[in-house]
Amino acid sequence: MALTLLRGIRTPMVARRNAGLFFTTLQTPLSRFATRAESAQATEPKPPAPKSIQLATKEAAEQKTQGFEAVIGIETHVQLSTVTKAFCSCLYSYGSQPNSTVCPTCMGHPGTLPVLNAKVVECAVKLGLALNCEIAMTSKFDRKQYFYPDLPKGYQISQFDIPIAKEGYLDLDLPMEFGGGHRRFGITRVHMEEDAGKLLHSESGSYSQVDLNRAGVPLLEIVSEPDMRTGIEAAEYGAEIQRLVRYLGVSNGNMQEGSLRCDVNVSVRPIEQSKFGTKVEIKNMNSFSAINRAIDYEISRQILLHKEGQADQIVQETRLWDESSQKTFTMRKKEGLADYRYFPEPDLPEIVLNSDYIDEIQKSMPELPEAKRRRYENMGLSMQDVLFLANDDNVARFFDSTLGHGADAKLAANWIMGDIAAYLKNEKLTIDEIKLTPLELSELIASIKNGTISGKIGKEILIELIAKGGTVKSVIEEKDLVQIVDPAAIEAMVDQVLADNPKQLEQYRSGKTKLQGFFAGQVMKASKGKANPVLLNKILGEKLKASS
Amino acid sequence: MPPPLQAQRLLLSHRRLPSAHRRRFTAVSSLPSAPAKTLATGPAPSTILSIRESLLSGERTAADITADYLSRLRRTEPSVRSFIHVADAAAEREAEDLDRRIATEGQDAVGPLAGVLVGVKDNLCTANMPSTGGSRILDGYRPAYDATAVRRLREAGAIVVGKTNLDEFGMGSTTEGSGFQITKNPWDDSRVPGGSSGGSASAVSARQCVVSLGSDTGGSVRQPASFCGVVGLKPTYGRVSRFGLMAYASSLDVVGCFGSSVFDTAAILSVIAGTDKMDSTSSSHDVLDYKSELVPLDLLESKPLSGMRIGIIQQTLGEGVETGVISSIKDAASHLEQLGSVVEEVSLPSFSLGLPAYYILASSEASSNLSRYDGIRYGRQVSADDLNELYGGSRANGLGHEVKMRILMGTYALSAGYYDAYYKRAQQVRTLVKKSFKEALDRYDILVSPAAPSAAYKIGEKTNDPLAMYAGDIMTVNVNLAGLPALVVPCGFVEGGSAGLPVGLQMIGSPFSEGNLLRVGHIFEQTLQNYSFVPPLLAES
Repeated sequence: MALTLLRGIRTPMVARRNAGLFFTTLQTPLSRFATRAESAQATEPKPPAPKSIQLATKEAAEQKTQGFEAVIGIETHVQLSTVTKAFCSCLYSYGSQPNSTVCPTCMGHPGTLPVLNAKVVECAVKLGLALNCEIAMTSKFDRKQYFYPDLPKGYQISQFDIPIAKEGYLDLDLPMEFGGGHRRFGITRVHMEEDAGKLLHSESGSYSQVDLNRAGVPLLEIVSEPDMRTGIEAAEYGAEIQRLVRYLGVSNGNMQEGSLRCDVNVSVRPIEQSKFGTKVEIKNMNSFSAINRAIDYEISRQILLHKEGQADQIVQETRLWDESSQKTFTMRKKEGLADYRYFPEPDLPEIVLNSDYIDEIQKSMPELPEAKRRRYENMGLSMQDVLFLANDDNVARFFDSTLGHGADAKLAANWIMGDIAAYLKNEKLTIDEIKLTPLELSELIASIKNGTISGKIGKEILIELIAKGGTVKSVIEEKDLVQIVDPAAIEAMVDQVLADNPKQLEQYRSGKTKLQGFFAGQVMKASKGKANPVLLNKILGEKLKASS
Repeated sequence: MPPPLQAQRLLLSHRRLPSAHRRRFTAVSSLPSAPAKTLATGPAPSTILSIRESLLSGERTAADITADYLSRLRRTEPSVRSFIHVADAAAEREAEDLDRRIATEGQDAVGPLAGVLVGVKDNLCTANMPSTGGSRILDGYRPAYDATAVRRLREAGAIVVGKTNLDEFGMGSTTEGSGFQITKNPWDDSRVPGGSSGGSASAVSARQCVVSLGSDTGGSVRQPASFCGVVGLKPTYGRVSRFGLMAYASSLDVVGCFGSSVFDTAAILSVIAGTDKMDSTSSSHDVLDYKSELVPLDLLESKPLSGMRIGIIQQTLGEGVETGVISSIKDAASHLEQLGSVVEEVSLPSFSLGLPAYYILASSEASSNLSRYDGIRYGRQVSADDLNELYGGSRANGLGHEVKMRILMGTYALSAGYYDAYYKRAQQVRTLVKKSFKEALDRYDILVSPAAPSAAYKIGEKTNDPLAMYAGDIMTVNVNLAGLPALVVPCGFVEGGSAGLPVGLQMIGSPFSEGNLLRVGHIFEQTLQNYSFVPPLLAES
């Protein structure tokens, strides 16, 4: 989890200093999470960018795309985290010994038959509903046929003309660094299918080995409408899908393990043209940041070809994103349309759903990121806060739970986004891995609010709670941290300090009134930081006035 | 489920008909191998019943019975060649195990098929034996599991005696398409046993085993049953699990069975039928004890089929059908009439459309189902420098001519631009065929026809004329398209060979009406006069 937390989009672009606050261009809330706590040591290159970031990127984008518009559609494969595979009872876990989670069925042995895992349908319906799709009450499986050693049966069980869900949409909010803004992207369809195995090629290239552990693992393929126009829109679309599948618990959405894979189609056309340009498919991007960069690279490449009058060099092909050179390269040209000879899978009966089944699933759905964002927005939180809190399932749960214990939304947000985030960043932990509970955070906020402790003490207690657990009350008692609000006690301390520093008092009397700060500091030190600062200043002021 | 013997005894306690009403039947009891004692009341050609009785009475041991069958198998196999693999040692061992269990744990410790030797078509997976599907590409392949039908037979005490020959992956009608050997018809060794389950039919016909399992995609149980003079049952689609059956055309494939009597066939179906969680297309429709529905001859009324309406399919008695076959079927029809039923001709207008639709659908599914035989994970692999050569070489070497042809046809039919004209159109024809059968079966309890347009033909006669061979499937393919059950019972002979060649009557029923088909088939069989369906091969020895 710690790894995935940091796997946001990090565009090596702009960071700027502004009124003592540090920003980097973080496009996902997750990486914002990471860098918020980075303070001054931002690791990424920081070209001087005196203008506002939004303006800078917008201008750059316009300059690059001058007169042209990119059209982007995405096919996303989500590997479902069901206990067993889609059509047999093999367990699957990433990274197992090759060919250790296989059986005659998923190895395509003679005579074996697929038996559908009902959980796959449940996951598909969940995601379909979350994507506002129309769910097909009757759908079926089809065979997609091609030969490859990682495909044991010589066909993939998939869905062709009747997907389980179609015609939906996905709402999201772009990060503030990119100008923010709400977007709605169309979803063409969601369908169920099975994954293939993996080929392991020998270093010499003289042989290859097949690992069929992944063969038969359930996938959902989500096809978007070609509604995206920029790399960041596409990357955010992918990030929102990841959030959804994690919120729904249907997949771990892990891109590094290949649980979430995005294939992107990019074409470019002159702005006034309504017909799409020739599309190019890009694969091999294993982070949202890579999606963003790959698309932006591909858009510039295609625009350049257009400008140079070489638009005919843009051909229907599959290109691979190469992380080291930050470029896309031709993988294979498409020679005509591949003929997969789809036909209905005769080994599996139709999938017939009834409305009770769908209602039941609808009822079990958690609050989704979009609804959460709107709810937080309505609490009066800034969009920056909203995105940070709503876009990570664990953070949102922690935040909501804290509110549930009566904490003030803005204060809770500040604590989570400030000190807690900083701690998590340093310790490489996620919010559900720390010992601090939402209840204690709400207690802490309440204790500061009612004056039991000062904000400064609050921060100390927080660190204690995060690292060691326990309750606010016990830490306060144990460390004797209760704020001193008794005027008599403070007065006694003030008297003592004034008595102990006759020289400074003399100077004060002769007009050096700035020394009030010195006395206040001495009293605070004597109280071990526990004196109520307002009360202290009031009493000190009165005493000094009286003595002069 | 009561053991068959009990069921029989129960029936025997009923009032017996006057002996004048009994009909004579040439029973298997004259065979040297058959149990000496059969039911005294008349023709009870159930070998399973006899085995059970002699086993339970202690008259014979499973080892004795097995030894008898194996010795006959060894004697006849060189000329018939039913088996690709004979598991004689395993069979002997299992028989001894059974005897030990009967001795130590008593008779109840063994299943209803204890000591029954079963031949299994080699496209059904068996855990401890080679399973090739009749294809060189699976030469030496041993599956990790038993097909559900095989497992259920074994659990009932049956002994698998070997794997029977077939046309490669079930594609053929003569068993000449086997990648290993040619099986001969026990009635005339110059003729084919039919196919594709030719080895299973010939093995039962030559009494090399008691019963056998086959598979029927377009007639592969029924046509060889007719050619070899045995009873063959193609159950309703989904009645028997396909798990472990090497898929040819998944939407048509059914595991079926052969026996030398209707009773034996019913006994096998009772064991192998039923839903299976490993096959999503298997049906949860109730499984009956099919044999308990069968009434022994001496308890039959004089008109046991009165009230029954039987339709004889007009289109199956016309052009292209041997006259001897037509007259056998007509005789059978009048026999059914004598038994009290009303027999009328019925026209199924879509009947002739079934054959082309069948070949398109079956080939299409086959082209997909056989993709897994790629030489990568199991079976024969040729060494090659690149992937396409590896695929091409392994498949070119491992697959036979007929299989390649059907893969090509199916690939073509499913290709972009042709799908609508072929596959989709064929599916529409299938819907028509289904509908016309349903309408006919709404009016008639049973439809009858020949099981094949001819009796067994000569080896090599049709090897160079695939269309003629395909045309021979006209009687059977419609039943698969409609998913219906059909029973083939020997009904007569035509000229040929030294003792004539058997002809089978096909009886077709509504979905899941196997009980009724077996009941009628049993009455027909018990009352058929003057015929013995024991091949000359056995009479000679």
